[in-house]
Amino acid sequence: MLRKLFSFHGGVKPATHKDQSTLDPIAPVPLPERLVIPLHQSVGGQPRPLVQPGERVFKGQRIGAADGSLSSAVHASTSGLVRDIVPAVMPHTSGLTTLSVVIEPDGEDRWGELDKVRFRSTPPDELRDFLRDAGIVGLGGAVFPSHLKLKPGKEGALQTLVINGAECEPFITCDDMLMRERAGDMLKGIIAMRHMLQAREVLIGIEDNKPQAIAAVQAAIAASGETGIEAVAIPTRYPAGGAKQLIRVLTGIEVPHGRRSTDFGVQCFNVGTAYSIFEALELGRPLISRIVTVAGNVDAPRNYEVLIGTPMDHVVRLSGARAGTDRYIMGGPMMGARMPAFDVPVVKATNCILVGSPALFPPPPPEMPCIRCGECAKACPADLAPFEMYWHSRAKNFGKAQEYHLFDCIECGCCSFVCPSHIPLVDYFRFSKSEIWAREREKEAADAARDRFEFKNFRQEREKQEKAEKLAAKAAATREKVGADGAATATASGGAAPAKPSADDAKRALIEAAMEKARQQKAQVQARNTDAADPAVQAEIAAIEARRLASATPPTDSPPSSGA
Amino acid sequence: MINSPFVRKPASVQSVMLQVLLALLPGIAAYAWFFGPGILVQIALATAAALAGEAAMLAIRGKPKALFLSDLSAIVTAWLIALTFPPIAPWWLTVTGTLLAVVIVKQLYGGLGQNPFNPAMAAFCLMIVAYPALMSQWPAAGQLDARTQLDLIFGGARQIDAITGATPLDALRTALRSAADPASTQHGLRAAQLMDGPAFGLVGGRGGEWVALGYLIGGLWLLQRRIITWHIPAAFCAALFAVAGLLWALKPEGFASPLFHLASGGAMLGAFFILTDPVSGATTARGKLLFAAGAGILTYVIRVFGAYPDGIAFATLLMNICVPLIDMKTQAPVFGHKKD
Ligand code: SF4
Ligand code: SF4
Repeated sequence: MLRKLFSFHGGVKPATHKDQSTLDPIAPVPLPERLVIPLHQSVGGQPRPLVQPGERVFKGQRIGAADGSLSSAVHASTSGLVRDIVPAVMPHTSGLTTLSVVIEPDGEDRWGELDKVRFRSTPPDELRDFLRDAGIVGLGGAVFPSHLKLKPGKEGALQTLVINGAECEPFITCDDMLMRERAGDMLKGIIAMRHMLQAREVLIGIEDNKPQAIAAVQAAIAASGETGIEAVAIPTRYPAGGAKQLIRVLTGIEVPHGRRSTDFGVQCFNVGTAYSIFEALELGRPLISRIVTVAGNVDAPRNYEVLIGTPMDHVVRLSGARAGTDRYIMGGPMMGARMPAFDVPVVKATNCILVGSPALFPPPPPEMPCIRCGECAKACPADLAPFEMYWHSRAKNFGKAQEYHLFDCIECGCCSFVCPSHIPLVDYFRFSKSEIWAREREKEAADAARDRFEFKNFRQEREKQEKAEKLAAKAAATREKVGADGAATATASGGAAPAKPSADDAKRALIEAAMEKARQQKAQVQARNTDAADPAVQAEIAAIEARRLASATPPTDSPPSSGA
Repeated sequence: MINSPFVRKPASVQSVMLQVLLALLPGIAAYAWFFGPGILVQIALATAAALAGEAAMLAIRGKPKALFLSDLSAIVTAWLIALTFPPIAPWWLTVTGTLLAVVIVKQLYGGLGQNPFNPAMAAFCLMIVAYPALMSQWPAAGQLDARTQLDLIFGGARQIDAITGATPLDALRTALRSAADPASTQHGLRAAQLMDGPAFGLVGGRGGEWVALGYLIGGLWLLQRRIITWHIPAAFCAALFAVAGLLWALKPEGFASPLFHLASGGAMLGAFFILTDPVSGATTARGKLLFAAGAGILTYVIRVFGAYPDGIAFATLLMNICVPLIDMKTQAPVFGHKKD
């Protein structure tokens, strides 16, 4: 344990509230009456449904096939009848719906046929396809398809595989309990990942407020006889569990925004992901359940093994929601999202159902003006100046906000947490980011429309020109013929001489007319294209575009840090 | 709250300002002890004027009065004005200065958080330009009893020149100038000898040095409470010490020691309470260092070569002007973009 640790700037220490939900072991959940399994549960494309309403499914049967490589399969969490495939409200603050498979359990919970894989003898590509089809995604909350991260990068081998057991968000203890109870199996998953990545060392980072988990993982490592795997206690400080922050703490490497961590010889996975990889490879079980912490305004906070698709209130009932409950939050109090309803389904991203009440999470005191005290900057783990970004976001000066590195913000909430003026800073940053994305999309659409139009215009112009040329040529030919005919009779008057110029004139006039018309059309259309946005917005779009080109960073491929 | 985070640290503008006020108390106590109760009257006057002015402006601007009056920021401004104005300034001078600070420099620029200039220092500069004589009359420690002070404040007595002198800083500058004059009786005396008079104490002005110590104690407490960071006080003191020390080392007979400069006038008040005003100061770590070092140097220059009793106020305003530029040029590299 003499490993040198690094620190990240900022961070905060909210009350952790982790003791109560770790008193009892992980509990099973009785089958609900209905499971609603959204097809789209990971970053990337929405899987195609593989079943029909009325069809019987087995537990673990694939019901949605990955749509391309950036996508991940989904499975039936229990055996039963597919009732419907309909849009259903998803566990997202927006309250939007997403295509979901509704399954009525038959109560038998019968597994279908399970394929296992020997990871040491299977080619890496096949292993990745296998994990994609097993629906393995990051369980820290980012739900990035894991198979895409299990590539060693350019060098063919990775220096450090970082396993994230930090779990820095208050209230959440699902990773803690997983490590306490299933460290051995989790380690098997880690060993498989290490093999796929050819990683030289494995560092399992765990916040030092989880001594039992650290001890359990250390015991498992010792029992396995593996070398080069170490469980490292790291100081408890939110957001130490953000992927970038954890990599920094364990290796000293700072992975900049928009870069892949493998370019720096590091890759990071959540402990829950490691466990689900074990289940997939060694038991053949796809990802159909996960550990979920139920905490907050409940009588008995606890962790549950929950089937994906189970309505949240079905799980919360087991812990006894107290009076005054006014919301469920998916995730922790720092980064969690308020749910639009109590019966939205548990999905792969659900690490915690935090039951809220006005007493537990009182509304913030009134917002005051920023006094530029710099507390937010002191707390920011991304070394940003949040108050500057706030200033420009508020003025909708998004270009300026970007200059202050808006997109390096990991939305951890530290700045809002400390602000003495109670400004919801992160809300402003989320808003600005979505506005910028919207404008970029708008611009892309406008670009595409303009390209389409210009091509059409060009084609029409060319056709007209060709037609005009043909016409003129014909006219000239006729005239020439007439001229030639007349020449025989009127050579002395030089009658043939003006014939050619006049033909040329006609041709030129026709072409000019056609081109003028095309020019007018084009001008009109360009005017129409700018209708979409006022000049200020246009200028901003141009500025955004210029910056994007100037920065020339490829779009991020690494998952957003989860903070959990 | 609709969005995360759903928890917050129990912090507020009010508690920040309250701690600043508390931190001023040791200095105020020493002030009242050595110079008499006039300062307490000035604090009361300024506080009342600030609250009245702030309330009126909030009403006009249609802002929630209770919320903004209770943030205590106007009271911090008021106290700084009382502490930087002469303790025997007539009541209307203090009230006018405070109203100027709160109404014009703060509220007309948009209220809390929006003012580019430190309101107390802007008021000081305006008043010293408008009323140079009244703003330069400072009693020596123990010179005036409570009654005389009250009479002076409320207009009962008006024989200022006869009973009050200048600040030790002023006195020393005058003395040094006359020492440099061959026609003067003091010609050839060294700074150290000139500072032997009743106006001077151990290191600074008599009495004044204890007030400075009170500010220093309060300031260190603010540091420990993390209300302020070390950058501004440290850079200000270091810069002031360095320029004063340099000239003193070159010509000890012509300049006061750097310790005298640190212990005199508003140096400690400036270092811990005035320049650290977050609204009008620099915000980045490097920016704070530049901002405060600039203020330290300017303070010295104005003190020694200017005509005003102290240089803090003008130095602060001049540096306030530079803040946007300083902040822009000193943004620290963000995560993953550091070159180390
Ligand atoms: S913490 Fe709040 S008040 Fe302080 S600088 Fe940041 S945004 Fe402004
Ligand atoms: S939410 Fe963004 S700006 Fe605020 S502290 Fe976190 S990374 Fe910094």
